[in-house]
Amino acid sequence: MLTETHTAPRLRAAPPSQPAGLRAMSRADKRKGATGSVDAKHRMTRETDTWVACMIAVRDTRDEAAFARLFEHFAPRVKAFLMRSGADATLAEECAQETMVTLWHKAHLFDPARASVATWIFTIARNRRIDALRRQKRPEPEDLPWGPEPEPNQADALALQQESEHLGEALAALPEKQRVLIEKAYFGDLTHSEIAAETGLPLGTIKSRIRLALDRLRHAMK
Amino acid sequence: MTMHQISHHLTDSLLMAYAADALPEAFSLTVATHISMCDECRARLGAFESLGGAVLERSEAVAMAEDSLSATLARIRGGAPVRDRPAPPRKARGVLPAPLRDYVGGDLDAVRWRPIGMGVKQAILPTSREASARLLYIPAGAAVPDHGHRGTELTLVLQGAFVDETDRFGPGDIEVADEDMHHMPVADIGDDCICLAATDAPLRFRGMIPRLAQPFLRI
Repeated sequence: MLTETHTAPRLRAAPPSQPAGLRAMSRADKRKGATGSVDAKHRMTRETDTWVACMIAVRDTRDEAAFARLFEHFAPRVKAFLMRSGADATLAEECAQETMVTLWHKAHLFDPARASVATWIFTIARNRRIDALRRQKRPEPEDLPWGPEPEPNQADALALQQESEHLGEALAALPEKQRVLIEKAYFGDLTHSEIAAETGLPLGTIKSRIRLALDRLRHAMK
Repeated sequence: MTMHQISHHLTDSLLMAYAADALPEAFSLTVATHISMCDECRARLGAFESLGGAVLERSEAVAMAEDSLSATLARIRGGAPVRDRPAPPRKARGVLPAPLRDYVGGDLDAVRWRPIGMGVKQAILPTSREASARLLYIPAGAAVPDHGHRGTELTLVLQGAFVDETDRFGPGDIEVADEDMHHMPVADIGDDCICLAATDAPLRFRGMIPRLAQPFLRI
């Protein structure tokens, strides 16, 4: 009898601190989200798989060919991101190169159980943008007191990469007006009062559209 | 790290704006400090950063310069490897989380308080002018005078607790108040209350006429 309870593999609950689960986007869903993500019914598609493999090749063997593939795909997108944020083409080119140099040097910090390659590059580019466009400082949260994560967990990495892909699909499927606003927010085209200030009627349309978009994404991530 | 169950969290819009780096420095500081105390919002921030990744992934590519890849590889080979900044030695846990310690230049004992009346003290932190951040020290049982808001005000409890018309806020709890809200926070009787408050309200004018005009012009 006892053994029977052990036949189903015990799903490892993510520690509450792990910024992995995209389902954490919804507070209410977090708890069930933490354990329900390991079913392998979705297979990681080739593209996400490729980027993770390239990152790991850069990280572990300093593989320049893998780096070149990442560069070819991501550098032009980082450049676009920076130009949308107000950099001219020269500055954006320079800054996109720097982002990729940082990716090389900080590859040992990449953890596929915590972020997709696109997300990780987004956070690097965001910091380069602060320096390049002389934006105001952005204080970072304190690192977790219990230090580095234990050995990366394959199932967590798989689940997170699948969820990232799923999120990309959900973003693409949003009604255009909502999707455009989400993109504008991340490209720095919206002010904080347009996104976040809890005030002001004229901003209502933008805010309610963003809220609708987030509700849809959340629904898609369930 | 928290002993207190945090029950007042960041809003989605604040988390998204922080992930997108759209907040004034004083708000970023407050968000980063809350996240340092709150595992739940840390996880939610991860989700909003993933959304940033999805936006980047989907964005239309802009052609790189012709020699871009080789130039980048040359920089990688030529440059000294970027070493991670050595992690600052982890001090015994104080009251202030790391982002705030950076602004204060130490823990609570390094704060330069200025009295503002009724036993309440404040210390304004150096941030960009778009919004302001201050530490507030409210003696147990004392009230911060009734104040309305222009714009948004974030109040994060670091120690003790306060109560206002809406609820009770303990360590790690954050109140997000809008301009319609008038409130009179009262520090809990048990302990002196220390908060981080950030607001994007416009700076007040000293002169009489601008002050009179302010409510009408809504500047």
